[in-house]
Amino acid sequence: MTVAEAVVIGLGGFIGALLRFFISARMNKGEGIPVGTLAVNLTGSLLIGLLVGLDLPKLLTVFLVSGLMGALTTFSTLMKELIQLWKSGQIKEATLYSIWTFGFGALLAYVGFVIGQFC
Amino acid sequence: MKQALFVGIAGALGAICRVGIGKLFVGSPDFPMATLTVNLLGTFILCLLSAGVIQRLTADRQLQTAITTGFLGSFTTFSTFSLETVTLLQDGQVMLAIVYIAVSIIGGFVIGLFGMKIGRKMVSA
Repeated sequence: MTVAEAVVIGLGGFIGALLRFFISARMNKGEGIPVGTLAVNLTGSLLIGLLVGLDLPKLLTVFLVSGLMGALTTFSTLMKELIQLWKSGQIKEATLYSIWTFGFGALLAYVGFVIGQFC
Repeated sequence: MKQALFVGIAGALGAICRVGIGKLFVGSPDFPMATLTVNLLGTFILCLLSAGVIQRLTADRQLQTAITTGFLGSFTTFSTFSLETVTLLQDGQVMLAIVYIAVSIIGGFVIGLFGMKIGRKMVSA
């Protein structure tokens, strides 16, 4: 990792984490499926596919993909939420949340990639 | 405002650490070991902290959110996981894609439960 890469990853990470923080605070209801986390993870999956499909210059890709999209989306919070749903007996919600996240995540990344290659 | 700044700075550090750890795995191009490692490690630490350990580390709620939502949220990533799954499938590595998804989901679930259990023991000790 060059100094320039570290700087743009840090900048992207700063913006991505902030966006996720505000979106989650606004959209996660505290019960049922956490739609804020779902929204950032699905949006990020679509956009990462799009960005890679566009084949942008390297430093810009590092900023947007490794920094911004990497930090906008999260895996640890998703897993913690899944476990909490499961432990509180909300098995149906946990199952739906998994299907929505993992199923549509990969699908949207693919759709984004195809669109990006077209542009 | 201070809370947002905390989350942003922690998020920047988390992203840099994620990419830094990823550089340790340059020798294994076939399977996305780097993302799997940060995702499972981050899940373990977040679940351990959320079992009450974070309150023992600091009473500052803004710092707590910076560590959990900011640092660990950015340290782990879902978009890269989605993209890598698609890449494996496009390369015809269907078995590897299935293994990657299964180990991430089941592994994350089990390691998260394990983290919560250890966290509770640490708090009650």
